[in-house]
Amino acid sequence: MKLLLIKVFSILFFLVSSSAFACSISARVSIVGNEFPAIQTVGAGAKECKGAKVTANLTADHQKINVAGMSSKPAEYTTAIVANTSIVALLNNDLIRPLDDLVNKHGKDLKKNQLITIDGKIMAVAFMANAQHLVYRKDILKKLNIDVPKTYEEMLAAAKKIRASGLVKNPVGGAYKAGWNLAQEFNNMFIGYGGSHFKGNSAEPNVNSDAGVKALKMMKSLSEYMNPDFLTHDSNATNAEFRAGNVAIMNMWGSRAATLVDADGVSMEVKNGMDIAGPMTVGGGKTPASTLFWDGWTVAKKISDEEAEATFIAMTNAIRPSILDNEDIRKQAVWLIEGYKPTDAARGVFAAAKMNTTPYPMLPYAGLMHSAIGKEISDFMQGKETADKTLSDIEDAYRASAKEKGFI
Amino acid sequence: MKHRTFFWFILPTFLAMFFFITLPIISVVIQSFHTPHDNILITVENCDPFGCKKVTSIDHEATKELKNEKPLGKFVGLDIYFDRGHLALEQVKQHWNNSENLLSFLSLISDLPFYKAIFFTLTFTFTVTPIMLFLGLLIALGVNAFNRKLKGLIIFFSLLPMIVTPLIGSIILFWMIDSRGIVGNFLQIMFENPNLSLKASTSLTWVTLIVYGVWHAIPFSFIVFYAGLQTLPKDQIESAQIDGANTFQQTIHIIIPHIMPLITFVTLMQLMDNFRVFEPIIGFNAEAHATSLSWIIFNDLGGETRQLSAAATSSILTIIGIIILLLPVLIKTWREFDFKK
Repeated sequence: MKLLLIKVFSILFFLVSSSAFACSISARVSIVGNEFPAIQTVGAGAKECKGAKVTANLTADHQKINVAGMSSKPAEYTTAIVANTSIVALLNNDLIRPLDDLVNKHGKDLKKNQLITIDGKIMAVAFMANAQHLVYRKDILKKLNIDVPKTYEEMLAAAKKIRASGLVKNPVGGAYKAGWNLAQEFNNMFIGYGGSHFKGNSAEPNVNSDAGVKALKMMKSLSEYMNPDFLTHDSNATNAEFRAGNVAIMNMWGSRAATLVDADGVSMEVKNGMDIAGPMTVGGGKTPASTLFWDGWTVAKKISDEEAEATFIAMTNAIRPSILDNEDIRKQAVWLIEGYKPTDAARGVFAAAKMNTTPYPMLPYAGLMHSAIGKEISDFMQGKETADKTLSDIEDAYRASAKEKGFI
Repeated sequence: MKHRTFFWFILPTFLAMFFFITLPIISVVIQSFHTPHDNILITVENCDPFGCKKVTSIDHEATKELKNEKPLGKFVGLDIYFDRGHLALEQVKQHWNNSENLLSFLSLISDLPFYKAIFFTLTFTFTVTPIMLFLGLLIALGVNAFNRKLKGLIIFFSLLPMIVTPLIGSIILFWMIDSRGIVGNFLQIMFENPNLSLKASTSLTWVTLIVYGVWHAIPFSFIVFYAGLQTLPKDQIESAQIDGANTFQQTIHIIIPHIMPLITFVTLMQLMDNFRVFEPIIGFNAEAHATSLSWIIFNDLGGETRQLSAAATSSILTIIGIIILLLPVLIKTWREFDFKK
């Protein structure tokens, strides 16, 4: 009898606790996205839903597979987690559906500024913001009596002092790996000098300008204080250098700042010495030399309405306000979710937003420009050609690919 | 063999080759002659967490009809072949007119992506292939002379570089040659130059890639040559020894002619393999210093841009390149073939 009671109670308890989640779905959900900690949290949150299968493929190569994985009918992935850079490819290929109906039906917890609208239609739901900003060693700056740099010029001066002191040989860090990373650093600097990538609203390139030359020269000057292998260092490698105590000041992603020194084997010196600040400006400009990003999720077009609804429910569940009750999750990102109170790790991104940092342009041909910059710029960084030549090479390379894709 | 028997014998292979090689290549050729339709651009208002803004976007409704009518895209003929990303006819012509001698012309066109890739690919192919043939033969001769009991063990260890996946192998070496890695640090001490970095200079990166290429490919030539050495004509060698020929003379006059067909085979395979060098460039993060045609294809297909027509064109150019490369060897084999047999 006692045993029976326990059974009944445990079943009751199970029913109550599972209904407390209130996430039940009736069709498959399949996620593709990047793999940093906040996105892992979102993937795990979607998997809490019961009633149908939820799978997640979270990988750094997500941009290489999401278009193909959503082009088939029915699409392999019912949702792609994207940023304002990577949503463009999905929009260009017409692979994601408007979410207005689903937001009305299931999205009461979503804030208005989470909804990404394009031509009045909701195309994605953002859950976090991201930007690159300053990460530095306060112990080293203090020892040498250097103020926290607010501009890239101050960063250069600080680098000079640190190297001269002998504390760190190559004090500046940066994700300068040839390709996407290096191009992103150029974008930051170019925007900081007041440049704009395209002529007006057209797809005509506009990087071969005074701002372009200055941006390249500043990057070259910074690279002289970096590890000579900088063209092979992406953000992972740069962070490893910081953890090892080989870097004292760097421009780094906010989404990586919270967990930067959590790894095993990081010395107490680095752990206690690490601090963050807002993005830097350059050349006397007011706009920071950085770019604002949001990360959010989309729902595939080529799936059934049931799958779309299930996907929406599961993904909304993954970013419900109550996930922020967990301190570890709260500090993983600058969440755009209702009720989020910024942690210490969010200061940099918040400063970026407050300083009116330019958001990454959501233009159909922005990816082609980014890729052209990534391909051509390393020749200049190695001193093989002049800034003017590199900038005109970028424009030529961009024109060839934009012509192929039918933009000019 | 009777023609009928031969036909049935070859049919499965022929079908497989038709479906899995010929058809895909035809589709790639067709793709390379087409580009996506011109996009009809409109200005729309986008809103995101950072505010609202008027931006350019693609009008999908307007482009849809065009796409349904001609799903292959716009026919552009050889336009993509001649654009700056590939043969760059216009730029090459310009550079030719602007340069005084061949050397300055070459240095000017080596800035164009296709020629930059070709220069590295050819350098890689024509250094790795001969070095690998020579060293492979040397190792095979050495191992063959070894004590029978030790041979198995030695062969196993000699094959290791080939067993390691190229991408993994190059990533491991990438960290070893880092200025703080075991090899990189050793080189710094040896050359008494604390700033020496294999990853920072183009020429040293090329050397690294070539050394890696040789390291990875030697086991293949070694094992093929070793197998060939097991069939050496013993009586010929014995008579040569009686005539007083030394080891070097035996090698040159008996062993090499005997395994010549194998040398041709390995050369063919390696020319093809090395021409499509790819994994080491990714593994060594070497794209700033060295690119290859395969890397260009990978780069065009990946990321947000997905330039299918550009990738298709590079693929066709790679195939043409391999055909040109193999032509001399193929012609030679064709001539030597005894049709009467």
